[in-house]
Amino acid sequence: MSVRYLSCGDTAFSVEFGNEISPTVNGRVMALHAAIGQAKIAGVVETVPSIRALMVCYDPLTTSRAKLEPEIAGLIARGLPTELASRRVAIPCCYDDPEFAPDLGEVAERTKKKPEAVIAAHLASAFKVYVLGFMPGLAYIAGLEPSLYLPRRPQPRVRVPRSSVAIAMDMTTIYPFESPGGWHLIGRTPLWMFDQRREQPVFLAPGDQVAFQRVDRKGFDRIAREVEAGRFDWATLVRKT
Amino acid sequence: MTTALTVVRAGLFDTLQDLGRLGFMALGMPTAGAMDRVALTLANALCGNPPNTAGLEIGVMGPDLLVEADSVRVALVGPLAPAILEAPDAPPTLVDSDRSHLLKRGQVLRVGMVEGSSTAYVAVAGGFDLPRFMGSLSTYARAGVGGFDGRKLAAGDVLPLALAQAPVRDERKLGQPFDYGSGPIRVVWGPQDDYFSDKGRRTFAGSDYRVSKEADRMGIRFEGPTIEHSKGADIISDGIGPGAIQVPGAGLPIVLLADRQTVGGYSKIATVASADLPRLGRLLPGQVVRFQPVAVAEAETLRRDQETRLLRAIADFKPARPPGGIDLAQLYEANLIDGVVYQPVP
Repeated sequence: MSVRYLSCGDTAFSVEFGNEISPTVNGRVMALHAAIGQAKIAGVVETVPSIRALMVCYDPLTTSRAKLEPEIAGLIARGLPTELASRRVAIPCCYDDPEFAPDLGEVAERTKKKPEAVIAAHLASAFKVYVLGFMPGLAYIAGLEPSLYLPRRPQPRVRVPRSSVAIAMDMTTIYPFESPGGWHLIGRTPLWMFDQRREQPVFLAPGDQVAFQRVDRKGFDRIAREVEAGRFDWATLVRKT
Repeated sequence: MTTALTVVRAGLFDTLQDLGRLGFMALGMPTAGAMDRVALTLANALCGNPPNTAGLEIGVMGPDLLVEADSVRVALVGPLAPAILEAPDAPPTLVDSDRSHLLKRGQVLRVGMVEGSSTAYVAVAGGFDLPRFMGSLSTYARAGVGGFDGRKLAAGDVLPLALAQAPVRDERKLGQPFDYGSGPIRVVWGPQDDYFSDKGRRTFAGSDYRVSKEADRMGIRFEGPTIEHSKGADIISDGIGPGAIQVPGAGLPIVLLADRQTVGGYSKIATVASADLPRLGRLLPGQVVRFQPVAVAEAETLRRDQETRLLRAIADFKPARPPGGIDLAQLYEANLIDGVVYQPVP
């Protein structure tokens, strides 16, 4: 697999592993992200993983592109790990309340399924966080069960409520804030994907494996109260693999 | 007793900014930070602060600030139409930019308009006593984080100061205005210059582009000749560095600045050299620029040279005479003191 180094000015460059959306390519991105993090290369400020490329941000006052590029090529040549330690994260989701899932009926109709089958397919999907962006904490989570693939809504909603769970194309996402959005809303989680009161304000991280867990409205309300009050024990949702 | 600057009248878009919230782009968190890193650094240095201390970034028109501390040293940097200092018991005085000033309790600093540029900075000695968010005091208003309550300043806000009073010291001023450079804005091709036709690249590098009204901390939309794509405007989303110039389907360039999102799906023809980013942060709607491609190594050299000039400018600060007072350092330096110092009573 050929690697390309693309300039992003004099403070960053992008290491591109391919031009496709695939777990293999994204796995290489995440592996280099981890490898650079561990190598603690002088002058590297941060690295930004996306679906098929890793952006390496550097300080031109302490290092240079000419110095960094061979170092990173060296890391890649020495072999990136194929199996990365990752977290398994459970996300409680309520699909039952029509207010939470305004598009469930339409998704069911367009995918020729019963609404319960749509929910079952979402619950059965093996999701992985590919990239965070667009808004702080907004995760693009790939791995949607293929029978649910739909393009985005032609007319985006002006207001999507916070914590809405939505699908579009081969992905699912959770809105960290109330915001505009063009994805299909099929449920809502009581969790906040961005909570600035927490020491780690952003819950999901690139590379996380995600599974949704169905809760009814009562269960949703119970967790929502704890999240709201800052009493929720987020560690119960995470397992290391 | 409070030690604070209180906003008695808000400006248009004033936020606290330091040099940015670095290290969290992987979580989708924009860096934010000062639009004009040079001016903030100079303002901080005039107050005796380290460069990464948060100061007030003034957009278009600044606030009126009431001093509620025994004393506070401030420095204004940027093209402000002179600010005005009002006191209950004295006529108003003008407050020059590009120097530090010692303010006393009860005085009101009317920061006023920024002229000829979009941003100016007010630094205070010791900085503001506010909690950092993810390691930084930079305001990112879209997510409501950082700075003062995650937003632009409003009337009634009380900005707590880290120091109860200003350290005793003479005031300082900039020897000469910092040279930001003129001529074209230097850019580095890429990351997706191969998504454009030869004609498209020539248009971009050979045409005048005008700053539109859609210019803010997130980015600047330019008007001018449309840039031709060869492989389309859409890419698989990837990271957006500071100064990235994305060209959506309509063919007009958008330069992405401090509050830019961390990843995006439009092809990026080039990226502004970091030495010229402060110039972007100063542009006003209607101003016209050209873009000039340079190699990465040259852009790095430009940045290092700029840093050297910035450090020299700080080393070359001159003593500034306080209004109506006596500047001892200047007298000693000029070797004028022999016996009697006579200061007329105003």
